[in-house]
Amino acid sequence: MALLEMNHISKSFSDLEVIKDISLKVDEGEVLSIIGPSGSGKSTMLRCATMLETIDKGEIRYLGERVAWVEENGTKVYPKGAQLRKVCSYFGLVFQNFNLFPHYSVLKNIMDPMVHNQKRDRKESEKEARALLDRMGLADKADAYPCQLSGGQSQRVAIARALALNPKILFFDEPTSALDPELTGEVLKVIRSLADLHIAMVIVTHEMNFARGISDHVIFMDKGIVEVEGTPDEVFEAEHVRMQAFLGKLEH
Amino acid sequence: MSFQVMMEQLAGGLMKSISIFLLTLLFSLPLGLLVSFGRMSKNRIIRSVVWVFISILRGTPLMLQLLAVYFGPYYLFNLKIGSTWRFTAIIIAFSVNYSAYFAEIYRSGIESMPPGQYEAAKLLGYSRSSTFMRIIFPQVVKRILPSVTNEVITLVKDTSLAFSLAYAEMFTIAKQIAAKETSFMPFIAAAIFYYVFNAVVAFLMERIEKALNYYT
Repeated sequence: MALLEMNHISKSFSDLEVIKDISLKVDEGEVLSIIGPSGSGKSTMLRCATMLETIDKGEIRYLGERVAWVEENGTKVYPKGAQLRKVCSYFGLVFQNFNLFPHYSVLKNIMDPMVHNQKRDRKESEKEARALLDRMGLADKADAYPCQLSGGQSQRVAIARALALNPKILFFDEPTSALDPELTGEVLKVIRSLADLHIAMVIVTHEMNFARGISDHVIFMDKGIVEVEGTPDEVFEAEHVRMQAFLGKLEH
Repeated sequence: MSFQVMMEQLAGGLMKSISIFLLTLLFSLPLGLLVSFGRMSKNRIIRSVVWVFISILRGTPLMLQLLAVYFGPYYLFNLKIGSTWRFTAIIIAFSVNYSAYFAEIYRSGIESMPPGQYEAAKLLGYSRSSTFMRIIFPQVVKRILPSVTNEVITLVKDTSLAFSLAYAEMFTIAKQIAAKETSFMPFIAAAIFYYVFNAVVAFLMERIEKALNYYT
């Protein structure tokens, strides 16, 4: 059974159709990378998967269960309240610009959702949060506030915050696009280490070597459709004009 | 009248000014938040009604609103106006008037919050109400504090408008003494009292701002 299935998804913003009938699925422990030029609909696809945007056509399934869909007559069916929170507990999302809570310390950013939303024991949550920070190489930053962190550190805190809730699948929306090359390296290293944990990941990224190295499956999107997909080698070696042009541009 | 008696009477008036000030804040700050929710409501009718409410309260003099609240029950419903009603009417008029200003301040703060904060909170499992109470509101407070300080300082001086209902707050008393003694002294003393009152308020607000400076 797939962890996530998105079937025949379409999405428009006013007149602009940014996703045109795309389907994808993610299995347990699988790492899927979505690459493609800016504006190709990669991030929108992620935002649809995480319920931040509503789809115009298609259906989304988590763990085989249909959680959001559009009826024949165009009615959108989305979970609400407790049901929505249950669906959201299946996944975590790491944003391009972190979205840490600035008024909470690093530790509280990670702990507060555990304690307040998952009703877990405070002591145990703190222990786990500190262990996660340690894993991220940020053990000494527990009491710092987000404004005192570098971009790379912020992003690692954001990853720890998402991991703390034990998601089955972790989404990354261009996690390094706001970072310089050095900071990018430290964040990518952390993400790579997660792949060893065997947690399923969906990564929207412009880091081609990283995507090629880490992924089980790669999707190349352009103008709202999937142009090429397959194993990293299949995709990166594909004799696809648009794909090669995209990669070629990156080498300048 | 000796200087000491004058000061005592003014101090008594100051206490009443302070009680108007504190009660108005106590009621208008929460009421303002409620009004701001109405102002931002998805329901068009609620939104329009609240818009009109704010527009009238900000568009007419507070002194006129004081008179309207105080005499309204008599002119509208022929009710007898009792002696305790004066103070109640003052608190109602001030609270409602200030809630309109605070509502717009809250709205500016709430609307300035980046959507990413709501999105992160949603995906981390916060309910709508906890998102507001735990994530959004604390940050809004920090953002709007300078504007709130402005309003609060204005309120200190506005308490003197209770004079229009002959309520014995500091300004009313100063004017009475001044008329009786044909002296300008009471006004100078009252001015100093208001100034010190405001200095204390400004100092406290600055302390709160500093206390919230631990993050940006």
